[in-house]
Amino acid sequence: MNWPVVLDWVSGFLLIIGAFFSFAAGLGLLRFPDLLSRLHSASKPQVLGLASVLLAVVLQYPTWGIITSAVLVMLFQMMTIPASTHMVGRAAYRTKHLKRSALYKDELAEVIEKADRTRSEDPGSGGNG
Amino acid sequence: MSAMKNGAGKLRRTRLTFRRTIWLQLPLVVWLVVLWVLLWEAVTPITLASGLLIAVLITRFLYLPPVELGGRFNLIWFLAFTVKFVALVVAASVQVTWMILRPKGVPTSSIGAVQLRTRSDLMITLVAQVTSLIPGSVVVEVNRHQSVLYLHVLGATSDADLKRAREQVLRNEERLVRALGSLRDIDAINRHRREQGKRAIAAGAFSYFLRRQNER
Repeated sequence: MNWPVVLDWVSGFLLIIGAFFSFAAGLGLLRFPDLLSRLHSASKPQVLGLASVLLAVVLQYPTWGIITSAVLVMLFQMMTIPASTHMVGRAAYRTKHLKRSALYKDELAEVIEKADRTRSEDPGSGGNG
Repeated sequence: MSAMKNGAGKLRRTRLTFRRTIWLQLPLVVWLVVLWVLLWEAVTPITLASGLLIAVLITRFLYLPPVELGGRFNLIWFLAFTVKFVALVVAASVQVTWMILRPKGVPTSSIGAVQLRTRSDLMITLVAQVTSLIPGSVVVEVNRHQSVLYLHVLGATSDADLKRAREQVLRNEERLVRALGSLRDIDAINRHRREQGKRAIAAGAFSYFLRRQNER
């Protein structure tokens, strides 16, 4: 078997892997019970999926332009995904878009409850906690 | 940032710290030029010059408080961290995919608090970023003043699961501090390690100090 054929097989395999993980991410959005769990599905399998697709592209066109673009795409994924999931998760929690029944333990609620209690006992301490 | 806090001595301070401001903005300008050149996919005098112009314009007119870098960089630990991080990202994807596909799905999760040991903004940000990409956890709330992260841990149905997630975050914090934390961050980690009876970590060989470590 000559080298380009091997490359084609590897790229094809990577594309299938990428498609599989992206599909799993979509399925997770349907199957998970609440918004916070769905954030996991939206932020993780698709990173690996995208990475495999980009790797396949780089293997097919191994030029500097393509490689640097792929690295940049990955870098910005890694930088923006945590920020966006954090913002959505935080907003969801504060607007109470979460299923309490889907949580075994919630240490954030305990902290907020405690903060609320001290604030009601001491109204002089100011509003925004 | 310190110039903004002092209202009265603002003008004097600003002039005094002008060189320091340039020094602090320099990494950002360099990064923006590199980004610009990478996007054009060619290193020519024109892309370099236009990139430099745009970088300076951005940092002048879209001003944000500069990120205070730790001033220390350890190549060996950074490489070790990168390898571990890639492995964790792959593991995270596989783990979440398994939870999506397995018949019982994910009935319950937990939100847990993690008390970080370092206090610098840079470290909190990096640890939060890494935590959101590694198995099991998404950061839903950050308490910057006390450096506490609140994580949503997928599928954590016992205190043991939560404990494991917490320890993983702390291990990543330690790896990041070894790679690019300041000496103060290392001190914070060591104080905690000594309490646990573990050996202290050192700044290590192959550490490059980009700035004098005067905060100790």
